[in-house]
Amino acid sequence: MNPALLLLTDSRLPAGGHAHSGGAERAIASGAVRDVPSLEAFLRGRLHTTGTATAALTAAVCAEAASAEPRWAALDAEVDARTASPAQREASTTQGRLLLRVARRVWPSPVLDGLARATPSPHHPLALGVAAHAAGATPGEAALAAAYHAVSGAATAAVRLLGLDPVAVHGLLADLAPDLAAVAAQAGLAAGAAGWEALPAGSAPALDLIAEQHAQAAVRLFVS
Amino acid sequence: MGANHDDHHHAPDGRGRALRLGVGGPVGSGKTALVAALCRALGRTLSLGVVTNDIYTTEDADFLRRAGVLDEERILAVETGCCPHTAIRDDIAANLDAVETLEHRFGPLDLVIVESGGDNLTATFSRGLADRQIFVLDVSGGDKVPRKGGPGVTTSDLLVVNKTDLAPLVGADLDVMARDARTVRGERPVLFTSIRQEPTAAAVATWVSDQVHAWSHDHAVPVS
Repeated sequence: MNPALLLLTDSRLPAGGHAHSGGAERAIASGAVRDVPSLEAFLRGRLHTTGTATAALTAAVCAEAASAEPRWAALDAEVDARTASPAQREASTTQGRLLLRVARRVWPSPVLDGLARATPSPHHPLALGVAAHAAGATPGEAALAAAYHAVSGAATAAVRLLGLDPVAVHGLLADLAPDLAAVAAQAGLAAGAAGWEALPAGSAPALDLIAEQHAQAAVRLFVS
Repeated sequence: MGANHDDHHHAPDGRGRALRLGVGGPVGSGKTALVAALCRALGRTLSLGVVTNDIYTTEDADFLRRAGVLDEERILAVETGCCPHTAIRDDIAANLDAVETLEHRFGPLDLVIVESGGDNLTATFSRGLADRQIFVLDVSGGDKVPRKGGPGVTTSDLLVVNKTDLAPLVGADLDVMARDARTVRGERPVLFTSIRQEPTAAAVATWVSDQVHAWSHDHAVPVS
Protein backbone atom coordinates (compact mmCIF):
# COMPACT_ATOMS: atom_id res chain seq x y z
CA MET A 1 0.00 0.00 0.00
CA ASN A 2 1.14 3.53 -0.78
CA PRO A 3 1.88 5.33 2.54
CA ALA A 4 0.30 8.52 1.13
CA LEU A 5 -3.02 6.71 1.46
CA LEU A 6 -2.61 6.88 5.25
CA LEU A 7 -2.39 10.68 5.05
CA LEU A 8 -5.39 10.92 2.72
CA THR A 9 -7.59 8.85 5.04
CA ASP A 10 -6.38 10.31 8.34
CA SER A 11 -9.13 12.27 10.06
CA ARG A 12 -6.44 14.80 11.00
CA LEU A 13 -5.91 15.73 7.34
CA PRO A 14 -6.73 19.46 7.48
CA ALA A 15 -9.32 19.39 4.69
CA GLY A 16 -12.46 20.32 6.61
CA GLY A 17 -13.88 16.80 6.99
CA HIS A 18 -14.30 17.17 10.75
CA ALA A 19 -17.28 19.49 10.26
CA HIS A 20 -19.33 16.95 8.22
CA SER A 21 -21.27 14.05 9.71
CA GLY A 22 -22.39 12.28 6.52
CA GLY A 23 -26.01 12.51 7.61
CA ALA A 24 -25.29 11.11 11.07
CA GLU A 25 -26.37 14.26 12.94
CA ARG A 26 -29.84 14.26 11.37
CA ALA A 27 -30.14 10.47 11.66
CA ILE A 28 -29.43 10.86 15.38
CA ALA A 29 -31.90 13.74 15.70
CA SER A 30 -34.59 11.58 14.08
CA GLY A 31 -33.90 8.68 16.44
CA ALA A 32 -32.77 6.33 13.67
CA VAL A 33 -29.25 6.20 15.13
CA ARG A 34 -29.15 6.00 18.93
CA ASP A 35 -26.54 3.43 19.94
CA VAL A 36 -23.72 1.29 18.56
CA PRO A 37 -25.92 -1.35 16.82
CA SER A 38 -28.07 1.28 15.07
CA LEU A 39 -24.89 3.15 14.10
CA GLU A 40 -23.56 -0.07 12.58
CA ALA A 41 -26.69 -0.45 10.45
CA PHE A 42 -26.39 3.18 9.36
CA LEU A 43 -22.73 2.79 8.38
CA ARG A 44 -23.34 -0.47 6.49
CA GLY A 45 -26.18 1.16 4.59
CA ARG A 46 -24.02 4.17 3.81
CA LEU A 47 -21.10 2.03 2.61
CA HIS A 48 -23.18 -0.19 0.33
CA THR A 49 -25.13 2.64 -1.31
CA THR A 50 -23.46 6.03 -1.67
CA GLY A 51 -20.12 4.61 -0.48
CA THR A 52 -20.03 2.07 -3.30
CA ALA A 53 -20.87 4.70 -5.91
CA THR A 54 -18.30 7.22 -4.64
CA ALA A 55 -15.58 4.54 -4.38
CA ALA A 56 -16.10 3.58 -8.04
CA LEU A 57 -16.18 7.23 -9.13
CA THR A 58 -12.99 7.96 -7.18
CA ALA A 59 -11.24 5.00 -8.83
CA ALA A 60 -12.36 6.17 -12.27
CA VAL A 61 -11.08 9.70 -11.52
CA CYS A 62 -7.72 8.37 -10.32
CA ALA A 63 -7.37 6.36 -13.55
CA GLU A 64 -8.39 9.34 -15.69
CA ALA A 65 -5.77 11.52 -13.97
CA ALA A 66 -3.09 9.54 -15.82
CA SER A 67 -4.45 10.53 -19.23
CA ALA A 68 -3.06 13.44 -21.25
CA GLU A 69 -6.31 15.41 -21.34
CA PRO A 70 -8.50 14.38 -18.43
CA ARG A 71 -12.24 14.90 -19.00
CA TRP A 72 -13.03 16.48 -15.63
CA ALA A 73 -16.33 18.11 -16.60
CA ALA A 74 -17.75 14.77 -17.78
CA LEU A 75 -16.67 12.99 -14.60
CA ASP A 76 -18.02 15.79 -12.40
CA ALA A 77 -21.34 15.39 -14.23
CA GLU A 78 -21.27 11.64 -13.50
CA VAL A 79 -21.03 12.48 -9.77
CA ASP A 80 -23.84 15.03 -10.10
CA ALA A 81 -26.02 12.41 -11.78
CA ARG A 82 -25.49 10.05 -8.82
CA THR A 83 -26.16 12.71 -6.17
CA ALA A 84 -29.88 13.43 -6.07
CA SER A 85 -29.97 15.75 -3.06
CA PRO A 86 -28.85 19.36 -3.67
CA ALA A 87 -27.62 19.53 -0.06
CA GLN A 88 -25.42 16.48 -0.64
CA ARG A 89 -24.07 18.00 -3.85
CA GLU A 90 -23.19 21.12 -1.91
CA ALA A 91 -21.51 19.09 0.87
CA SER A 92 -19.56 17.14 -1.76
CA THR A 93 -18.33 20.16 -3.71
CA THR A 94 -17.43 22.03 -0.51
CA GLN A 95 -15.35 19.12 0.74
CA GLY A 96 -13.88 18.68 -2.74
CA ARG A 97 -12.78 22.33 -2.88
CA LEU A 98 -11.20 22.13 0.58
CA LEU A 99 -9.40 18.86 -0.18
CA LEU A 100 -8.14 20.25 -3.48
CA ARG A 101 -6.63 23.25 -1.67
CA VAL A 102 -4.78 20.98 0.77
CA ALA A 103 -3.67 18.50 -1.91
CA ARG A 104 -2.18 21.23 -4.10
CA ARG A 105 0.13 22.28 -1.27
CA VAL A 106 0.94 18.78 -0.02
CA TRP A 107 1.39 17.04 -3.40
CA PRO A 108 1.98 19.87 -5.91
CA SER A 109 1.37 18.62 -9.44
CA PRO A 110 0.13 19.88 -12.83
CA VAL A 111 -2.83 17.48 -12.75
CA LEU A 112 -4.16 19.04 -9.51
CA ASP A 113 -3.65 22.54 -10.95
CA GLY A 114 -5.52 21.38 -14.06
CA LEU A 115 -8.46 20.15 -11.98
CA ALA A 116 -8.58 23.51 -10.10
CA ARG A 117 -8.69 25.37 -13.43
CA ALA A 118 -11.35 23.08 -14.92
CA THR A 119 -13.56 23.09 -11.84
CA PRO A 120 -12.58 25.17 -8.78
CA SER A 121 -15.17 23.33 -6.64
CA PRO A 122 -15.03 19.72 -7.83
CA HIS A 123 -17.05 16.95 -6.22
CA HIS A 124 -15.17 15.20 -3.45
CA PRO A 125 -14.50 12.01 -5.49
CA LEU A 126 -12.72 14.15 -8.12
CA ALA A 127 -10.51 15.88 -5.57
CA LEU A 128 -9.78 12.60 -3.78
CA GLY A 129 -9.10 10.62 -6.95
CA VAL A 130 -6.72 13.23 -8.38
CA ALA A 131 -5.01 13.78 -5.01
CA ALA A 132 -4.49 10.02 -4.74
CA HIS A 133 -2.95 9.98 -8.24
CA ALA A 134 -0.72 12.95 -7.41
CA ALA A 135 0.42 11.16 -4.26
CA GLY A 136 1.30 8.06 -6.26
CA ALA A 137 -1.64 5.82 -5.28
CA THR A 138 -3.47 3.41 -7.60
CA PRO A 139 -7.19 3.61 -8.54
CA GLY A 140 -7.91 0.64 -6.25
CA GLU A 141 -6.20 2.41 -3.35
CA ALA A 142 -8.11 5.62 -4.12
CA ALA A 143 -11.34 3.61 -3.99
CA LEU A 144 -10.37 2.18 -0.60
CA ALA A 145 -9.78 5.71 0.70
CA ALA A 146 -13.21 6.76 -0.61
CA ALA A 147 -14.92 3.76 0.98
CA TYR A 148 -13.26 4.47 4.33
CA HIS A 149 -14.20 8.15 4.04
CA ALA A 150 -17.83 7.09 3.52
CA VAL A 151 -17.99 5.57 7.02
CA SER A 152 -15.28 7.17 9.16
CA GLY A 153 -16.66 10.71 9.31
CA ALA A 154 -20.15 9.56 10.25
CA ALA A 155 -18.72 7.25 12.92
CA THR A 156 -16.68 10.07 14.53
CA ALA A 157 -19.67 12.40 14.45
CA ALA A 158 -21.78 9.79 16.27
CA VAL A 159 -19.12 9.49 18.98
CA ARG A 160 -19.25 13.26 19.52
CA LEU A 161 -23.02 13.63 19.36
CA LEU A 162 -24.13 10.57 21.34
CA GLY A 163 -21.13 10.15 23.62
CA LEU A 164 -20.74 6.57 22.38
CA ASP A 165 -17.80 4.52 23.61
CA PRO A 166 -15.11 5.42 21.04
CA VAL A 167 -13.47 2.01 21.41
CA ALA A 168 -16.74 0.25 20.59
CA VAL A 169 -17.14 2.45 17.50
CA HIS A 170 -13.60 1.73 16.36
CA GLY A 171 -14.34 -1.98 16.84
CA LEU A 172 -17.29 -1.46 14.54
CA LEU A 173 -15.06 0.15 11.91
CA ALA A 174 -12.64 -2.77 12.22
CA ASP A 175 -15.53 -5.18 11.64
CA LEU A 176 -16.32 -3.28 8.44
CA ALA A 177 -12.80 -3.83 7.07
CA PRO A 178 -13.72 -6.83 4.86
CA ASP A 179 -16.65 -4.84 3.42
CA LEU A 180 -14.33 -1.89 2.71
CA ALA A 181 -11.92 -4.19 0.87
CA ALA A 182 -14.78 -5.73 -1.15
CA VAL A 183 -16.24 -2.35 -2.09
CA ALA A 184 -12.80 -1.08 -3.15
CA ALA A 185 -12.07 -4.18 -5.24
CA GLN A 186 -15.46 -3.95 -6.94
CA ALA A 187 -14.86 -0.22 -7.56
CA GLY A 188 -11.47 -0.91 -9.14
CA LEU A 189 -13.05 -3.42 -11.52
CA ALA A 190 -15.94 -1.12 -12.41
CA ALA A 191 -13.59 1.80 -13.08
CA GLY A 192 -11.50 -0.34 -15.40
CA ALA A 193 -14.50 -1.40 -17.50
CA ALA A 194 -15.72 0.58 -20.48
CA GLY A 195 -18.07 3.54 -20.01
CA TRP A 196 -18.46 5.78 -16.96
CA GLU A 197 -22.25 5.63 -17.33
CA ALA A 198 -22.06 1.98 -16.22
CA LEU A 199 -20.34 2.85 -12.90
CA PRO A 200 -22.32 1.89 -9.80
CA ALA A 201 -25.14 4.34 -9.05
CA GLY A 202 -26.51 3.03 -5.76
CA SER A 203 -28.24 5.61 -3.64
CA ALA A 204 -30.16 5.72 -0.38
CA PRO A 205 -33.35 7.80 -0.48
CA ALA A 206 -33.28 8.08 3.32
CA LEU A 207 -29.81 9.69 3.17
CA ASP A 208 -31.01 12.09 0.46
CA LEU A 209 -34.02 13.01 2.58
CA ILE A 210 -32.14 13.60 5.83
CA ALA A 211 -29.51 15.63 3.96
CA GLU A 212 -32.27 18.00 2.82
CA GLN A 213 -33.83 18.11 6.29
CA HIS A 214 -30.43 18.86 7.81
CA ALA A 215 -29.77 21.73 5.43
CA GLN A 216 -33.00 23.37 6.61
CA ALA A 217 -32.60 22.61 10.32
CA ALA A 218 -32.53 25.68 12.56
CA VAL A 219 -30.04 24.10 14.94
CA ARG A 220 -27.10 21.99 13.85
CA LEU A 221 -23.48 21.35 14.76
CA PHE A 222 -22.26 19.77 11.53
CA VAL A 223 -22.44 21.23 8.03
CA SER A 224 -23.91 18.02 6.62
CA MET B 1 -0.51 28.39 -8.12
CA GLY B 2 -1.54 32.01 -8.33
CA ALA B 3 -1.03 32.90 -11.98
CA ASN B 4 -4.49 31.91 -13.15
CA HIS B 5 -7.21 34.48 -12.50
CA ASP B 6 -9.84 31.79 -11.95
CA ASP B 7 -7.67 30.27 -9.28
CA HIS B 8 -8.96 31.42 -5.87
CA HIS B 9 -6.34 29.72 -3.75
CA HIS B 10 -3.91 32.20 -2.20
CA ALA B 11 -0.19 31.61 -2.02
CA PRO B 12 0.93 30.98 1.55
CA ASP B 13 3.33 33.96 1.75
CA GLY B 14 0.51 36.48 2.25
CA ARG B 15 1.52 38.90 -0.52
CA GLY B 16 -1.24 41.03 -1.99
CA ARG B 17 -3.94 40.01 0.46
CA ALA B 18 -5.64 41.42 3.53
CA LEU B 19 -4.36 41.07 7.07
CA ARG B 20 -6.16 38.18 8.79
CA LEU B 21 -6.94 38.91 12.42
CA GLY B 22 -8.11 36.16 14.78
CA VAL B 23 -10.30 37.09 17.76
CA GLY B 24 -10.49 34.31 20.33
CA GLY B 25 -11.36 33.81 23.97
CA PRO B 26 -13.73 32.08 26.37
CA VAL B 27 -17.52 32.01 26.01
CA GLY B 28 -19.17 35.31 26.92
CA SER B 29 -15.99 37.38 27.19
CA GLY B 30 -17.15 39.80 24.49
CA LYS B 31 -15.57 38.55 21.26
CA THR B 32 -18.58 39.34 19.11
CA ALA B 33 -19.04 42.72 20.82
CA LEU B 34 -15.37 43.50 20.09
CA VAL B 35 -15.75 42.49 16.44
CA ALA B 36 -18.80 44.76 16.18
CA ALA B 37 -16.82 47.59 17.83
CA LEU B 38 -13.95 47.16 15.35
CA CYS B 39 -16.39 47.24 12.43
CA ARG B 40 -17.90 50.47 13.81
CA ALA B 41 -14.51 52.07 14.37
CA LEU B 42 -12.75 50.92 11.18
CA GLY B 43 -15.54 50.19 8.68
CA ARG B 44 -15.49 53.67 7.13
CA THR B 45 -11.76 53.77 6.41
CA LEU B 46 -10.95 50.09 5.75
CA SER B 47 -12.51 47.45 3.52
CA LEU B 48 -13.53 44.68 5.93
CA GLY B 49 -14.76 41.09 5.97
CA VAL B 50 -15.78 38.97 8.97
CA VAL B 51 -15.88 35.19 9.44
CA THR B 52 -17.61 33.76 12.52
CA ASN B 53 -17.26 30.27 13.99
CA ASP B 54 -20.39 29.38 15.91
CA ILE B 55 -20.99 26.33 18.01
CA TYR B 56 -24.63 26.17 16.98
CA THR B 57 -26.00 27.57 13.71
CA THR B 58 -25.09 31.17 12.89
CA GLU B 59 -25.89 33.12 16.04
CA ASP B 60 -22.81 35.35 16.13
CA ALA B 61 -23.08 36.12 12.43
CA ASP B 62 -26.76 36.99 12.91
CA PHE B 63 -25.89 39.26 15.85
CA LEU B 64 -23.38 41.15 13.72
CA ARG B 65 -25.81 41.41 10.82
CA ARG B 66 -28.54 42.77 13.12
CA ALA B 67 -26.07 45.23 14.65
CA GLY B 68 -25.81 46.76 11.17
CA VAL B 69 -22.10 47.46 11.53
CA LEU B 70 -21.16 45.91 8.19
CA ASP B 71 -22.93 44.89 4.96
CA GLU B 72 -24.38 41.51 5.77
CA GLU B 73 -22.88 39.87 2.68
CA ARG B 74 -19.44 40.60 4.16
CA ILE B 75 -20.13 38.33 7.14
CA LEU B 76 -19.75 34.57 6.64
CA ALA B 77 -20.44 31.86 9.22
CA VAL B 78 -18.46 28.62 9.44
CA GLU B 79 -19.92 25.54 11.14
CA THR B 80 -17.42 23.63 13.23
CA GLY B 81 -18.84 20.14 13.84
CA CYS B 82 -18.77 20.26 17.65
CA CYS B 83 -15.10 21.33 17.72
CA PRO B 84 -14.59 25.11 17.51
CA HIS B 85 -10.89 24.90 18.39
CA THR B 86 -10.27 22.34 15.63
CA ALA B 87 -11.61 24.75 13.03
CA ILE B 88 -9.19 27.55 13.99
CA ARG B 89 -6.10 25.52 14.87
CA ASP B 90 -5.86 21.95 13.52
CA ASP B 91 -8.10 21.90 10.45
CA ILE B 92 -8.41 25.45 9.20
CA ALA B 93 -9.70 24.52 5.72
CA ALA B 94 -13.28 25.79 6.11
CA ASN B 95 -12.08 29.10 7.60
CA LEU B 96 -9.49 29.63 4.86
CA ASP B 97 -12.21 28.89 2.32
CA ALA B 98 -14.50 31.50 3.89
CA VAL B 99 -11.70 34.11 4.04
CA GLU B 100 -10.78 33.54 0.40
CA THR B 101 -14.44 33.64 -0.62
CA LEU B 102 -14.78 37.10 0.96
CA GLU B 103 -11.59 38.32 -0.73
CA HIS B 104 -12.78 36.96 -4.05
CA ARG B 105 -16.22 38.58 -3.76
CA PHE B 106 -15.29 41.93 -2.23
CA GLY B 107 -11.52 42.21 -2.63
CA PRO B 108 -9.16 43.78 -2.37
CA LEU B 109 -9.86 43.87 1.37
CA ASP B 110 -7.71 45.51 4.05
CA LEU B 111 -8.73 43.34 6.97
CA VAL B 112 -10.53 40.03 7.50
CA ILE B 113 -11.52 39.33 11.11
CA VAL B 114 -11.99 35.66 12.04
CA GLU B 115 -13.90 35.25 15.30
CA SER B 116 -13.50 31.89 17.02
CA GLY B 117 -16.28 30.00 18.71
CA GLY B 118 -16.23 30.40 22.49
CA ASP B 119 -13.70 27.94 23.79
CA ASN B 120 -11.26 27.53 26.65
CA LEU B 121 -7.90 29.07 27.55
CA THR B 122 -5.95 26.62 25.37
CA ALA B 123 -7.59 27.61 22.06
CA THR B 124 -5.42 29.67 19.73
CA PHE B 125 -5.40 30.36 16.01
CA SER B 126 -3.09 28.58 13.62
CA ARG B 127 -0.53 30.91 12.03
CA GLY B 128 -1.75 29.41 8.76
CA LEU B 129 -5.12 31.12 9.33
CA ALA B 130 -4.46 34.28 11.37
CA ASP B 131 -1.55 36.67 10.86
CA ARG B 132 -2.30 38.39 14.18
CA GLN B 133 -4.53 37.35 17.04
CA ILE B 134 -6.37 39.01 19.89
CA PHE B 135 -7.38 37.04 22.96
CA VAL B 136 -10.38 38.44 24.86
CA LEU B 137 -10.94 37.83 28.57
CA ASP B 138 -13.43 39.50 30.86
CA VAL B 139 -13.07 40.51 34.48
CA SER B 140 -16.02 38.39 35.61
CA GLY B 141 -14.06 35.22 34.87
CA GLY B 142 -11.98 36.20 37.92
CA ASP B 143 -8.79 38.22 38.26
CA LYS B 144 -6.72 35.01 38.47
CA VAL B 145 -7.20 34.18 34.77
CA PRO B 146 -4.14 36.08 33.43
CA ARG B 147 -1.98 34.34 36.06
CA LYS B 148 -3.27 30.92 34.97
CA GLY B 149 -1.91 31.62 31.51
CA GLY B 150 -2.55 29.22 28.65
CA PRO B 151 -1.43 29.92 25.09
CA GLY B 152 -4.19 32.43 24.36
CA VAL B 153 -3.22 34.63 27.31
CA THR B 154 0.55 34.22 26.95
CA THR B 155 1.14 34.22 23.18
CA SER B 156 -1.62 36.32 21.60
CA ASP B 157 -0.43 39.51 19.92
CA LEU B 158 -2.88 41.55 22.00
CA LEU B 159 -4.67 40.61 25.22
CA VAL B 160 -7.95 42.46 25.78
CA VAL B 161 -9.53 42.43 29.23
CA ASN B 162 -13.16 43.43 28.72
CA LYS B 163 -16.08 44.40 30.99
CA THR B 164 -13.94 46.55 33.30
CA ASP B 165 -17.19 48.25 34.39
CA LEU B 166 -18.06 45.01 36.21
CA ALA B 167 -14.79 44.84 38.18
CA PRO B 168 -16.15 46.38 41.42
CA LEU B 169 -19.23 44.13 41.26
CA VAL B 170 -17.30 40.86 40.92
CA GLY B 171 -14.39 41.83 43.16
CA ALA B 172 -11.79 41.76 40.38
CA ASP B 173 -8.62 43.77 40.91
CA LEU B 174 -7.55 45.27 37.57
CA ASP B 175 -4.08 46.11 38.90
CA VAL B 176 -3.56 42.45 39.75
CA MET B 177 -4.72 41.42 36.28
CA ALA B 178 -2.38 43.93 34.62
CA ARG B 179 0.58 42.86 36.75
CA ASP B 180 -0.03 39.13 36.19
CA ALA B 181 -0.52 39.64 32.45
CA ARG B 182 2.79 41.49 32.26
CA THR B 183 4.49 38.64 34.11
CA VAL B 184 3.32 35.96 31.65
CA ARG B 185 3.34 38.13 28.49
CA GLY B 186 6.47 40.23 28.87
CA GLU B 187 6.33 43.14 26.43
CA ARG B 188 3.22 41.97 24.55
CA PRO B 189 0.44 44.55 24.91
CA VAL B 190 -2.63 44.34 27.15
CA LEU B 191 -5.63 46.67 26.84
CA PHE B 192 -8.53 47.08 29.28
CA THR B 193 -11.94 47.85 27.78
CA SER B 194 -15.59 48.23 28.58
CA ILE B 195 -17.26 47.85 25.22
CA ARG B 196 -20.65 48.45 26.84
CA GLN B 197 -19.49 51.92 27.94
CA GLU B 198 -17.32 52.61 24.90
CA PRO B 199 -18.83 50.88 21.82
CA THR B 200 -15.94 51.64 19.44
CA ALA B 201 -13.18 50.21 21.69
CA ALA B 202 -10.92 53.01 20.47
CA ALA B 203 -7.65 51.76 21.93
CA VAL B 204 -8.11 48.28 20.40
CA ALA B 205 -9.18 49.80 17.08
CA THR B 206 -6.01 51.92 17.01
CA TRP B 207 -3.87 48.83 17.66
CA VAL B 208 -5.65 46.93 14.85
CA SER B 209 -5.35 49.88 12.47
CA ASP B 210 -1.58 50.03 13.12
CA GLN B 211 -1.31 46.30 12.39
CA VAL B 212 -3.21 46.69 9.11
CA HIS B 213 -0.94 49.50 7.93
CA ALA B 214 2.21 47.62 8.86
CA TRP B 215 0.90 44.50 7.08
CA SER B 216 -0.02 46.28 3.85
CA HIS B 217 3.40 47.98 3.84
CA ASP B 218 5.25 44.67 4.26
CA HIS B 219 3.04 42.55 1.97
CA ALA B 220 2.40 44.77 -1.04
CA VAL B 221 2.48 42.99 -4.38
CA PRO B 222 5.89 43.72 -5.93
CA VAL B 223 5.70 46.07 -8.92
CA SER B 224 6.97 44.20 -11.95
